[in-house]
Amino acid sequence: MSTNQIGKPTNRVDGRAKVTGEAKYAAEFHVPDLAHGVVVNSAIAKGKIKKIDTSKAMAVEGVFKVITHENRKDYACYDKDFKDMDAPPGSPFRPLYNGNILFNMQPVALVVAETLELARYAATLVEVAYEEEAHETDFEANRGEAYVPEKYNSTTPPKPWGNPEEALAKADVKVEVEYAHPTEHHNPMEMHATVAVWEENGKLTVYDKIQGVENTLQYITSSFGLPKEKVHVLSPFVGGAFGSGLRPQYQSFLAVLAALELKRPVRVMLTRPQMFSFGHRPRTTQRFALGASKDGKLEALIQDVFAETSTFEDYSEDVVIWPGLLYKCDNMKFSHKLVALDEYTPLDMRAPGGTTGIFALESAVDELAYKLGMDPLVFRLKNYTDKDQNNDLPFSSKELRACYIQGAEKFGWEQRSKEPRSMRNGHQLVGWGVAHGAWEAQQAKASAKAVLTTDGKLTISSATADIGTGTYTVMTQIAAETLGLPLEDVTFKLGDTSLPFAPLEGGSKTVSTVGSAVKKVCEKIGEKLLRLAQQQANSPLKDAELKDVTFTDGRLHLKSDTAKAVSFKEIMQLGQREQLEEEVSSKPSEEQKKFARFAHSVAFVEVKVDEDLGAIQVSRIVTAIAGGRIINPKTAKSQIMGAAVWGIGVALEEESVMDNNYGRFMNHDLEKYHVPVNADVHDIDVIFVEEQDTIVNALGAKGLGEIGIVSIAPAIVNAVFHATGKRIRHLPIKLDKLL
Amino acid sequence: MKPFTYSRANEERAAVKEIAASKGAKFIAGGTNLLDLMKMNVMQPAHLVDITHLGMKAIEENQAGGLRLGALVTNADTAYHPLVEQRYPLLSHAILAGASAQLRNKATDGGNLLQRTRCDYFYDTQTACNKREPGTGCSAIKGYNRNLAILGTSEYCIATYPSDMAVALAALEAKVNVTGPDGDRVIPMGDFHRLPGDTPHIDTNLQENELITSIDLPAKGFADHYAYVKVRDRASYAFALVSVAAGLELDGDTIKEARVALGGVAQKPWRLPEAEAMLQGQQASKENFGKVAAAYLQGAKGYGDNDFKIELAKRAIVRALLLATEMEGKS
Ligand SMILES: Cc1cc2nc3c(=O)[nH]c(=O)nc-3n(C[C@H](O)[C@H](O)[C@H](O)COP(=O)(O)OP(=O)(O)OC[C@H]3O[C@@H](n4cnc5c(N)ncnc54)[C@H](O)[C@@H]3O)c2cc1C
Ligand code: SF4
Repeated sequence: MSTNQIGKPTNRVDGRAKVTGEAKYAAEFHVPDLAHGVVVNSAIAKGKIKKIDTSKAMAVEGVFKVITHENRKDYACYDKDFKDMDAPPGSPFRPLYNGNILFNMQPVALVVAETLELARYAATLVEVAYEEEAHETDFEANRGEAYVPEKYNSTTPPKPWGNPEEALAKADVKVEVEYAHPTEHHNPMEMHATVAVWEENGKLTVYDKIQGVENTLQYITSSFGLPKEKVHVLSPFVGGAFGSGLRPQYQSFLAVLAALELKRPVRVMLTRPQMFSFGHRPRTTQRFALGASKDGKLEALIQDVFAETSTFEDYSEDVVIWPGLLYKCDNMKFSHKLVALDEYTPLDMRAPGGTTGIFALESAVDELAYKLGMDPLVFRLKNYTDKDQNNDLPFSSKELRACYIQGAEKFGWEQRSKEPRSMRNGHQLVGWGVAHGAWEAQQAKASAKAVLTTDGKLTISSATADIGTGTYTVMTQIAAETLGLPLEDVTFKLGDTSLPFAPLEGGSKTVSTVGSAVKKVCEKIGEKLLRLAQQQANSPLKDAELKDVTFTDGRLHLKSDTAKAVSFKEIMQLGQREQLEEEVSSKPSEEQKKFARFAHSVAFVEVKVDEDLGAIQVSRIVTAIAGGRIINPKTAKSQIMGAAVWGIGVALEEESVMDNNYGRFMNHDLEKYHVPVNADVHDIDVIFVEEQDTIVNALGAKGLGEIGIVSIAPAIVNAVFHATGKRIRHLPIKLDKLL
Repeated sequence: MKPFTYSRANEERAAVKEIAASKGAKFIAGGTNLLDLMKMNVMQPAHLVDITHLGMKAIEENQAGGLRLGALVTNADTAYHPLVEQRYPLLSHAILAGASAQLRNKATDGGNLLQRTRCDYFYDTQTACNKREPGTGCSAIKGYNRNLAILGTSEYCIATYPSDMAVALAALEAKVNVTGPDGDRVIPMGDFHRLPGDTPHIDTNLQENELITSIDLPAKGFADHYAYVKVRDRASYAFALVSVAAGLELDGDTIKEARVALGGVAQKPWRLPEAEAMLQGQQASKENFGKVAAAYLQGAKGYGDNDFKIELAKRAIVRALLLATEMEGKS
């Protein structure tokens, strides 16, 4: 295994297909007779549909059907039939099930027409009369009703340890504060879309935007009562998702519904405003109480979380697990309550709970460090934990100290002036901030298949997804490395339910999960090759064990003697094999349970704040990441940079604004919902520190999809404080907060 | 989008005739605003008259010693025109502070004058909005109004006219040349846009069937001392929360003439000539600028989310005037 594909900054193998338009996204599968569905959404947040008049829409020539709760075909009615692989506890929303309105912008009709334009126009002619009921969308006003859910779909909050109240009361220095994180919507570039192709033989092919085709398959077959053999789901390319594609969204269901009813292919694509009509990062308020001794030892920490959910599902995320992972402290205590509102259920969004929880934790710690008169980095070092105190487990690896050291050096942290408001550049106040973070390094079960043909080409497949993260590329690298093939000879296939099972692409676990299966299946092929080679007369590898041989450039040779070699081609030809095939499943080792497995990061940030006008520029970010073995430094760096840019958005720009009079998010397009633009992004430096980890998985890689975002926003918040002396505890920090 | 008919005019008179002939017809130029509004069903013209094949695409010297900008000149061509850059850099800067390169390549100067508000409710037909549907009410007054007006509002509407270009045009005292069924006329920038009053659905004093043919810039361009300050929620590709176009004529430290126009605060670029006059013969100083700023914002009213704009506008005025003063004179 010596081609060393792993660790090389490799270009994306699908890059060309993407930039030439060859790569097809869900909405781009054109089939003959494709009909176009446009969704009509409710104008109210709660109540009932009194009357829905579709006659004007139906009168438009070219309109095939307007599907509503009144005329839809039958489908399953039990909650369990609508539970997808990522459904939180509760009763999932069922599109067009009945006339009840549970949230604003709920789909109430699907207009299907010959062209998109006609469907869009006819959709404006559907008249809906409502019986409105008072809605509750005001988070703060409903906080008094917060409850502990029967079941958390995230980690159950850790049990308290020590005696936090007493320790807090006794502490020399205290910080007791509240932080608020707004609702955010994912807004991937590609809007959610589904093409459902009905065929004469009753088969259904579904091209879906989803972070795992198995989920659509399960959801569609159970909600429509279809046999799994009859449904084929494909999702070869996804134009970003960030969690919004974890659950099949209503366009999937409606496209299938229409295809089954009309017995023809139907496409349903959401509009940008409709991208604000489903899951989102929940609004979350956190109370933190921290106590420390004069010399800076953290003595007590209490975190109380209130987070939004819908009235029909109890969504929760890991907001309270971070203090026990990031700070050593003998007295900690947590609570996590939900506030049910008349909105759609929140949905995992890049580092769900981590982004929210670490923002508040790292802000509070910064406040404490200033109160103590301590360098915030020194405070973190002093209270460093080598143990996951939530579960009393050691870390499989934790090179966070190396992150501090290398990051601080690159940033020049030593030259920091201590006092807030002490650095300036003309009318700009300059501030430096630091924060750190963690994200889980999980592995799940997955399967992969490998086929090696006599021409030396290897095809690997697994029903995983590539949501833009580079799955195609790194899986190709892992396979090429394992079998010593050039990248060009390896093809990786994904996003297809006819391929071996893989879980949802989420939680930064795809490299770990699918990568482990890919490695294993390639090793199996390698073993087969060796056995086959050994069956041949006078094989130079006769007595070799797998560990004694190397795979290079499509050849197998003895490690001790490279001259003793045979090519894959020869082996297969002599063995009279057209191809070699293997399918394996891999799963996490038992060993893993004995360790806490996390990636870590630190971010150093410089901001420049216009003293009079409040405008904030993030002029410099240095972020150091301990993410285990880096399979592809190029795609890895892109992940971290993208996450850092998003961190700027979290800190300064993103916010879904709820109008409580309507119970409706009002800034539902990208002119109004701000994400960073090029001009907001300046220097971003990414450092990957060395980290060896033999526990997390066979590859030693931790996954990088989410670790990059968690520490950025708090580092910006802390830098803004250092620049201005103003502590902003309510994101995003728009400039009016600094006037 | 509602189905509509389309025709292309080849000559100004014909364009005016066509628009007058069909009720609910609209001109279309770059389409960067109108098409969005049509897609959102905010505007539903039954007929479009495409004017992009008319002349009106030149930038020429006018008789008053200034420049005439054809109504169809794109925002990009205007901003980068050597004579505009040289003599009216304030206008160049204001245009380049707006939208994006792609949009400025398509957007026309005439269309820019008529772009409509960015009020969230105006864009969402599921909500009440007097500007979109007179008589339905204003959702923004008690709703989300961060980007809305603090000056010249009424109980019917608190929208802003969001253009950057027009703020510079107002400061420069440009004039808008129009033609219509009753012939040609000239509308000074100060009279072009209207405050909402009880007719918030009417944005400007241009009559329904009138065509903008060009914009005249007077000779005086304040090219030595000017500034366009745009304060927004991100560094680019965002409408102004507050913007200030400032031009000064200085004699040493003494102000001979001052111009200040505000954007993002009202349904029109906001000017207060009395306040500008306060600076005449005065020292160019932060203190004097502060007085002007206070005068501009006297009577301003916030609606909750946008309260901050009052203080922000004051500071932006001071900043713009300081920047204009501190410029190296180019004479
Ligand atoms: C995402 C986005 C961001 C933007 N950001 C900014 C910004 O930051 N600052 C800024 O100033 N602008 C911004 N704009 C607005 C942009 O400047 C305007 O859309 C553009 O100037 C309109 O010009 P147009 O030629 O495309 O007009 P059109 O859309 O063609 O027309 C607009 C209106 O003017 C009428 N019209 C056009 N020409 C004439 C004429 N000659 N006579 C009579 N009527 C006419 C049309 O009937 C229509 O009602 C932004 C736009 C978008 C889409
Ligand atoms: S401010 Fe004007 S545009 Fe906005 S909702 Fe009110 S009436 Fe409509």
